[in-house]
Amino acid sequence: MLSSTAENLFWMARYMERSENTARLLTGLYHMSLLPARRGAQAGLWEGLFQSEAERNAYLAKYDAFKTDPVLTYMVLDRENPSSIRSCVWSARENVRATRHVLTTDMWETINSTWLDIAKTTYADMLDMGHHEFLEWIKVRSHLFRGVAHGTMRRGEAFEFWRMGVFIERAENTIRLLAARAHTFKPTGPISREDTATLDYYQWGTLLRSVNAYKAYREIYKSQIDPRRVVELLTLNEEIPRSVMACVEEICEVLEGLRPRSRCFEQSRDLLNRLQSARIDRVYRTGMARFLEDYRAGLHDLSLQIQKDFLMIQ
Amino acid sequence: MHAANGDIRAAYRDYSAWLTDQSLERLRQKHAQADLLFRRLGITFTVYGEDEGGERLIPFDVIPRIISHEEWSVLERGAIQRVDALNAFLHDIYHEQEIIRAGIVPAELVMTNEAFQPQMLGLDLPRRVYAHVSGVDVVRVDDKTFYVLEDNVRTPSGVSYMLENRETMMRLFPDLFAQSVVAPVDRYAEYLLRSLQAVAPAGVDDPTVVLMTPGQYNSAYFEHAFLAMEMGIELVEGRDLFVDSGSMFMRTTEGPRRVDVIYRRVDDGFIDPLAFNPDSALGVPGMLSVVRSGRVTVCNAMGTGVADDKAMYCFVPDMIRFYLGEEPVLQNVPTYSCRKPDDLKYVLDNIADLVVKEVHGSGGYGMLVGPKATKAECDDFKRRLKAEPDNYIAQPTLALSTCPTLVEEGIAPRHVDLRPYVLSGEKTRVMPGGLTRVALKPGSLVVNSSQGGGTKDTWVLEAPVVIEEEE
Repeated sequence: MLSSTAENLFWMARYMERSENTARLLTGLYHMSLLPARRGAQAGLWEGLFQSEAERNAYLAKYDAFKTDPVLTYMVLDRENPSSIRSCVWSARENVRATRHVLTTDMWETINSTWLDIAKTTYADMLDMGHHEFLEWIKVRSHLFRGVAHGTMRRGEAFEFWRMGVFIERAENTIRLLAARAHTFKPTGPISREDTATLDYYQWGTLLRSVNAYKAYREIYKSQIDPRRVVELLTLNEEIPRSVMACVEEICEVLEGLRPRSRCFEQSRDLLNRLQSARIDRVYRTGMARFLEDYRAGLHDLSLQIQKDFLMIQ
Repeated sequence: MHAANGDIRAAYRDYSAWLTDQSLERLRQKHAQADLLFRRLGITFTVYGEDEGGERLIPFDVIPRIISHEEWSVLERGAIQRVDALNAFLHDIYHEQEIIRAGIVPAELVMTNEAFQPQMLGLDLPRRVYAHVSGVDVVRVDDKTFYVLEDNVRTPSGVSYMLENRETMMRLFPDLFAQSVVAPVDRYAEYLLRSLQAVAPAGVDDPTVVLMTPGQYNSAYFEHAFLAMEMGIELVEGRDLFVDSGSMFMRTTEGPRRVDVIYRRVDDGFIDPLAFNPDSALGVPGMLSVVRSGRVTVCNAMGTGVADDKAMYCFVPDMIRFYLGEEPVLQNVPTYSCRKPDDLKYVLDNIADLVVKEVHGSGGYGMLVGPKATKAECDDFKRRLKAEPDNYIAQPTLALSTCPTLVEEGIAPRHVDLRPYVLSGEKTRVMPGGLTRVALKPGSLVVNSSQGGGTKDTWVLEAPVVIEEEE
């Protein structure tokens, strides 16, 4: 397969996955913004979305405050914001368009109709439909695209590059989601359960719901929501489809099939080993934020190595 | 649809009976359905000069243009004859130039032509084919006569519309196809691939064929992707290809892979920045040298544009006589070359009755339709003609045939032309069909999609099958 085609497939998958993850993230924050405990403190909540200085500045150049309406406008529909859901769907669609000769017609039609719908959506339409319903629709369109890919694509190189993009993006997103909360962990000293229990319940409960892991948490731990266990579930549990472990396992499998003797496969094995040997108590003691940041950097390096090994970048 | 005496043409008889039974409302509904299908499939094109990323649909008309078997056999013969002559002409002018020596085509018309590529001189191409894919634009002017409007032997486009229009019609009106004997066109991609494989460099057994596109923002990108998919070949851009030790390669996930035949949809000027436009980011540096060494075949060949120039058009009937020793089956539109003083005088005196075109223009730009133009526009063109007579030709406005078309007022006649596609490789063949373009404005003669024209499905009716009883 052409390297440039592989590159397009890889990014098509990443952008589509990213649009879904952004929708999930925004759904969570939106629900939190409606909670009584957060009333009056909404600004801090939305501001947390903008993790870098550059992202903050880009937002503040257009809007003056971090409030629900402008933030959602910016993150969902703004065509100048390269990470808005609209921009992600557009980028995914352009990558599909560049490779439609190797994809099935159904895949093209699915992404194209999603794009045609979102391209004409205004914020007023979104209000009309309800934020929750609209973000849910994005998620469903992503499910549909993934389902169509699974149900129609020939199991060959194209399929594998698509799969790889999906899981790298998803792993990065789950880490980002957790990292945004990492500062709330205190490495030493006992945590006063009474003080934080209510807040934990809402915040971490919402986070779990936004990655469809709330029920799983209940089934596995059968206890109240403990941030440490949430992190354990979403990083180290291979049964949770959006956990980092599950994603990295998939990546290893893909790379082993595509190119078992390659730098990128080695790197993916290393990343998997790191998770397999990690114990949540140790991670917690050495610092959650650092663990997550190191791992995120590891995934980023892997992504670059994949692009190098398959000649996507020269 | 109607013959000169007002009767319905035989080819339309069955369809016409069906059409009278249809309500306008149902047709409009089908029309809307077709639009939706096209948009969902992304069969869009980009109009130059519109806002960025402006993707538009070419209006599609649900009423087909129908051609009888008898009419088609004439068209088919004529189109093949014409393309064979053009290929012979191209081989000749890049070799012995006998047609110039015989005094039939003036040397300066060839040698000073912008599309003439001196780098192609003396180069022997596989099977002597230059134009592997050609589009011959024709119009019908009366019951028996088709005129050729122009030949397209550079990188003619539109064939995906021939295929998708048919596909759409079959989805919308399955009942019609069940009762008519419409010749299928869907083997086009297969024949195209066969033609391309047939011109692979000598000694290559299982040639790797690729389709080269300027990229996804080109107006015909959909077609490029569509054809690559139908043929099951790679769709490449210049950046995917590179020249190494005299051969052409593409970059793949498993390393470089040799390329033998390039069906390119990139214009000559952009195909090799070393040989032509140095600013082109679309091409492959060194491509021409690989072509010259015969290690890769580029289709259509570089330098074919010299044959489909509007000035060369006048000589095509002579080429047919010269190379094939036959009389032309299809007629040229009577054409005045403004480079000839007598013709220029005639054009200036009768400009209000003529269509004036730029010799190198395309897409319906830079032309004057005399009967539709204002006095000021005519005067403006007269000035241009006097300033640069070589740059213009003129033709009488033709009584183009019309075809019933669904428009706002209902079903009304609109002018149509037809582009059959001719493939040359192991042999020359024409798909039974083509792209029918229709001028949607009443009375308009301009069918170009960039000027608001639409398309129709083109039905060529098959000969009635005579079943001979076995003894």
